[in-house]
Amino acid sequence: MRVSKRASGALAVGAAFALVASGCSSGNNDGGDAGASSDGAIVIDGTQPENPLVPANTTETGGGAIIDWMWSGLVEYPNNGGAPQNLLAESIETSDSKVFKIKIKQNTKFHDGTTVKAESFVKAWNWAAYGPNGAQNASFFSDIQGFDEVYTEDPDGPDGPQKAPEPKAKDMSGLKVVDDWNFEVTLNAPTAVFPTKLGYSAFVPLPDAFFSTTPAEFGKKPIGNGPVKLVSWQDDVEIKLTRFDDYSLRDKMKIKDVTVKIYQDDTAAYNDLLAGNLDFQQQVPVSALAGDKWKTDLAERAMSSTTPSTGIIAFPIYDKRFQNPKLRKAISLSIDRQAITDKIFFGTRKPADSWANPLTPGAEPGNCTSCKFDVAEAKKLYAESGGFQGKLTLSYNADASHKEWMEAVAQQIKTNLGIDAVAVGVPTFAVFRANINAYKMTGAYRAGWQQDYPDVENWINPLYVTGGSSNDGKYSNPQVDALSKEATAAPSLEEAHKKFAEAVKLIDQDVPSMPIYFGGQQSGHSEKIKKLELTNVGELDITSVEL
Amino acid sequence: MGRYLLRRLLQLVPVFIGTTFLIYWLVWSVPGDPFAGKCGDRGCPPNYRAMMTEKYNLDESIWVQYASYMKNLLQGDFGITFGGREISDIIATSYPNTLKLAVVALAIEAVIGLGAGILTGLRRNGFLDNLVLVSTLFLIALPVFVIGFVLQWLLGVKWGIINPTVSNEMRFSELIVPGFVLGSASMAYIARVARTSIAENRRADYVRTAIAKGLPMRRVVGVHLLRNSLIPVVTLLGTDLGALMGGAIVTEGIFGINGIGRQVLRSIVTKESATVVGIVVVLVLVYLIMNLVVDLLYAALDPRIRYE
Repeated sequence: MRVSKRASGALAVGAAFALVASGCSSGNNDGGDAGASSDGAIVIDGTQPENPLVPANTTETGGGAIIDWMWSGLVEYPNNGGAPQNLLAESIETSDSKVFKIKIKQNTKFHDGTTVKAESFVKAWNWAAYGPNGAQNASFFSDIQGFDEVYTEDPDGPDGPQKAPEPKAKDMSGLKVVDDWNFEVTLNAPTAVFPTKLGYSAFVPLPDAFFSTTPAEFGKKPIGNGPVKLVSWQDDVEIKLTRFDDYSLRDKMKIKDVTVKIYQDDTAAYNDLLAGNLDFQQQVPVSALAGDKWKTDLAERAMSSTTPSTGIIAFPIYDKRFQNPKLRKAISLSIDRQAITDKIFFGTRKPADSWANPLTPGAEPGNCTSCKFDVAEAKKLYAESGGFQGKLTLSYNADASHKEWMEAVAQQIKTNLGIDAVAVGVPTFAVFRANINAYKMTGAYRAGWQQDYPDVENWINPLYVTGGSSNDGKYSNPQVDALSKEATAAPSLEEAHKKFAEAVKLIDQDVPSMPIYFGGQQSGHSEKIKKLELTNVGELDITSVEL
Repeated sequence: MGRYLLRRLLQLVPVFIGTTFLIYWLVWSVPGDPFAGKCGDRGCPPNYRAMMTEKYNLDESIWVQYASYMKNLLQGDFGITFGGREISDIIATSYPNTLKLAVVALAIEAVIGLGAGILTGLRRNGFLDNLVLVSTLFLIALPVFVIGFVLQWLLGVKWGIINPTVSNEMRFSELIVPGFVLGSASMAYIARVARTSIAENRRADYVRTAIAKGLPMRRVVGVHLLRNSLIPVVTLLGTDLGALMGGAIVTEGIFGINGIGRQVLRSIVTKESATVVGIVVVLVLVYLIMNLVVDLLYAALDPRIRYE
């Protein structure tokens, strides 16, 4: 999950799915002018990366986009959202979903001219997983055998006086380099979804240069293996990228230079887009969405896409008042999601009707029966549940635009069930998250989920399994846990998806949270760009740009 | 004069320590854990938090944190941000931009504001006087961001006369519109203060004497009247430089200027006390020095004022 760090925080989720954008983007779509493209340059909108650019330590969209362009991983997620395909991997073979034999393509290069070898992966993953390095994405490696020995937990939490003990080992025992082009990964337990995860940016290879300097130094002048390389990075001003001519994994970039201009305010970027000074803005500002102003402004250069993210309102199940599933279901049924997406989001988002985002492989559309709008049933269940005493608070972080829809939800619950529901804004995301992390919520709260990798597993295990990394409401159902465990360990993805579907049926009965809307993205591009596509997370696919 | 200057300079020391501590304490008291929201809805792994907490002494008391910060500051070390950037670098790149913007704003408000004030002060109740009265009222009433967005949209997007945002080179021509936006409210105040001051002094004895002596009108106004009427205006202008720099946050955001406003906002949100204090320390120095300069200017403008 990457979080958007634009100061104005317009839309918390800044990424999206690819509905091939070119189709709706340009009237005279003849593929562009090859001559203009080959040495062409574009300027696109971005935010200042929060940390030096180290893939395993980047969890926000500003730096994440640059990393996605500068690196190519073992597998890639196609722009149309389909199943992952091998990119740097020649083959990924397994017989039991526990031991994976990975063969990489020979003689591909890093931007500094060194060769990408099996070792480049193993060393990078070991660095990211090693606890004392403090990488933000360390938990992605927890599937791999020996992770427990390199990553130790602080026994009394980060605030306690004790420190995490020194890990016993520096390298994970589950990673073995066979030769320059082959390595073997052994997992703790069979995990069918593991090859899918490999497309996430935490799993990219790192050049030797990374290990001979500090991560902070490396991150200022990062060296990747992707279609573009870094030219210069001027903090808070711009990041200049240029085509990597030795790139051989798939199509080279058709244009030459990309400048990521760093904006503090998305309205400023939007005005530059209208004035022709900016060639691409991934998300137009909220102010331009009202009354479809952006469509009038940009005409055929306006691009609407849906994103694999869901806006959710979660229940603190550790609070006694929220432990009755009938009550939770009654509340969920009393919300008219269609009205909210139409009136508050001007139709730019879709009402949620399934537990996993339907764009995700393995997700089943319409499997959230508690997402319907059924006041009669809601009232009936509410009466059976014994009602709700006191004030029902719906909290949200007030530093991003959540106020309107959270208030609408509160109003609907109030009108339809007679509960004294009220939306409460918490000033900042930091305070809001601190309360959630400390299990101190006294009412329902806004949550959101954007998939890390395209598989239904990413929508169940972290959110609804006991002890899941983002199961903040402490929802726990032993049957769901058992089914998810079976699903995760299934030998093939099809079987895994079937088991997850069964688990979702149980989750649907328990209503641990309320999916409200599916994310959407509204982008715009300049007249200069004749053709472009968005990636599966809604970032610009820079290799697709033609002028 | 020398002793006065020395006394004033010594006064800067406690003010400096007091303001830095207050600001450090205020940012420190902003509720929330700096790493709670940093990694999105997933939360940061405990090891990352432990590493950062240790690196930035976040588990120590505010006194220890502040003392170690001041110790480093006095040695010229502003510290680093949570993202690992040198705060001195941030100050070095963002300050000149904000200063340029503020100086342009100051120049615009001095020239237009003072000009309008003098003209209307000398010829009260005419058409021009009423026009200035109404337009200054308009500028004072409108919030800066409204003026900024409207001008940016009209001039930048609709008519295409200017670029909607300022480029990295920060050319003077690009700063005229942002400078006007930033200085618009102060400009209105200066016009009004100058008008009142001149209108009042117009009836003063020394002006009547000067006219009676048969001095040419240009000399009466330019030397006698203006010099005495400028004191309140200089006070406004002098303190305004600091106010403009600190208050440029909205203008910087609208026109995409890489100034101190965005850095302060970002660091308050992420609870980076060191960055906020580092930037504000320099701002406090600007305020203090400008105040001193204004006080010294009084003596130059008004012969009745002498510093011992």
